[in-house]
Amino acid sequence: MSESLRYIQAVNAALTWALDSRTDTVYFGEDVALPGGPFGATKGLHKRFGSDRIFDTPISETGFLGMALGAAMTGLRPIAEIMYADFSFVAMDQIVNQIATIRYSSAGRWKAPLVIRMQQGYSPGACAQHSHSPEAYFAHTPGLRVALPATPDDAYQMLRTAVVSDDPVVVAEARMLYPTRGPVRTDAPVEPVGGARVVRSGTDVTVVSWSRMVSAALDAATTLAGEGIDAEVVDLRWLNPLDFDTVAASVARTGRLVVAHEANLTGGFGAEIAARAAAECFADLRAPIARVAAPDVPMPAAPALQAVVVPEAATVADAVRRTVRA
Amino acid sequence: MGLPDDYRLMARIRRFEERLTALKDAGEIPGSIHLCNGQEAIPVGACRALRDGDHVTATYRGHGWAIARGVDLTGLFAEMMGRDSALCGGRAASPYLSDPGRWFVGENSIVGAGVPIATGAALTAQRTGSGAVSVVSIGDGAMNQGNVHEALNLAAVLDLPLVLVVENNVYSEMSRISDMVRVKQLAERAAGYGLPGRVVDGNDPDAVYDAVAEAVDRAREGSGPSIVEAMTERLVGHYSGDAQHYRPAGEITAARQREPLARIRTAADADLTARLDAIDAEVDAEIEAAVTAARAVPHPDPATAREHVYV
Repeated sequence: MSESLRYIQAVNAALTWALDSRTDTVYFGEDVALPGGPFGATKGLHKRFGSDRIFDTPISETGFLGMALGAAMTGLRPIAEIMYADFSFVAMDQIVNQIATIRYSSAGRWKAPLVIRMQQGYSPGACAQHSHSPEAYFAHTPGLRVALPATPDDAYQMLRTAVVSDDPVVVAEARMLYPTRGPVRTDAPVEPVGGARVVRSGTDVTVVSWSRMVSAALDAATTLAGEGIDAEVVDLRWLNPLDFDTVAASVARTGRLVVAHEANLTGGFGAEIAARAAAECFADLRAPIARVAAPDVPMPAAPALQAVVVPEAATVADAVRRTVRA
Repeated sequence: MGLPDDYRLMARIRRFEERLTALKDAGEIPGSIHLCNGQEAIPVGACRALRDGDHVTATYRGHGWAIARGVDLTGLFAEMMGRDSALCGGRAASPYLSDPGRWFVGENSIVGAGVPIATGAALTAQRTGSGAVSVVSIGDGAMNQGNVHEALNLAAVLDLPLVLVVENNVYSEMSRISDMVRVKQLAERAAGYGLPGRVVDGNDPDAVYDAVAEAVDRAREGSGPSIVEAMTERLVGHYSGDAQHYRPAGEITAARQREPLARIRTAADADLTARLDAIDAEVDAEIEAAVTAARAVPHPDPATAREHVYV
């Protein structure tokens, strides 16, 4: 069965599924219960499940992420919401030093089955403190799983996967995708963690992307098709576990690689993909690897400035043209 | 429970720390160690108020809490020796060890970070109706960390069964706490969270027990968190290599008259002294047996270094 849902509705459906089917789940964060969340992700959940299962917290990201960890260690399966991914930085100790390390540092005697749900990326007029794409920080940290759903269906499937995972999972949605609509397989079995997906087949170049930039890559591919360039698009979906096999297999077919993300260039996860491709796909590459990313500036708020900072379909298309003609 | 049992447990902690210091000096302990000599009455008095299933979270100065909660001595020594201990397989060592089997959520080497985590253990107790409480110990310096502030307010508004024990040894690592706060007693801050706060003699296990038991009862009946500030003194440095130049002359000598074991010894008559001597001998033997057993634990297999990152 498939329903047509907006991305944000798919998130709501996944959370409904989690609270309904797993009695060990609890959901908390800022303004998530009575207000229903600033974007409506938790709309109606408090009314249906009550304060025992979903509740509002003080504006204390460190406090409630630590609480999520302690609750996960002792038997609950918390889903904690960080309203904007930018706010995760105030709680980095709990994420990096605590949540990510407890399993390893106890030789597996504790586990931390929790979800940190957040949304990231720019939107028109949002300033530097509401526009970060912090996925590389989390992907850099052993002990975390990192999910970046690019479609309504993945918003549903990957969030459910994160909930049942016995490892801590950062699920970073894209605020700009919330209004997008698509088919959601609401009766699909819960998928295992991980797995990239070829979302458009092509022969000339591989474009690897995730989150909002997947649709930009697909739009670029449509434009490029009219110019005789046949681009393959890979939605990485999970940065951890990283399905590099799917990337390598695609590069083996196309011989060219472009990596596109919205996060800043330097140290972005695109650098990791490029480094691995250089090491593992060297013989297949017929052109230098290209990276598409925001330049190394904090995100400006003014749309006129954002227009030259935020990578879009045209930025991806330009990079692909240079790569194919190199 | 009572005097002989408390004395035995406090002596076990003291002897453990002393033996650990000797092992460190002998090169058998690879990392830094933070000792609780002089503060033994606090974990002993507090843990006497707990029952099975109650979670305890401590700091890097938490060996005493682990021992008071019944964590195996051999496991503790082996873990600190970097061996493949039954506790954490050598991955945690002195400052970050834990033991789910003894409900010991563990130490933490980030100051204050255990308080939000302990709040989570309290959330589980509340939501599952287990009747358990969550006790978390921090030092005086941790009261200046934002994580403690956030967690206390969070636990307060959720009425969680949390008991915060502040071990005020008057030093915030290597600086006097009186230079770092503008309140006389840290328990005064409890009012800012709408919580009860008490100050007790942290060198008296009965006083600690009374205060923690009251807080635990309150937590169990659903009335929310409490703060207990236990006044004490560190007989040793902040960490094993601390020369303590910052401490005034005579301070440690004076503290030795007030520390919990000396206090019992000073007040003891001849009969009790003989019993305490016997306990000391038994504790010494127990500690030596644990050290011997720990030395027999193998070092972790390097081939396992990448294990346990994920399920």
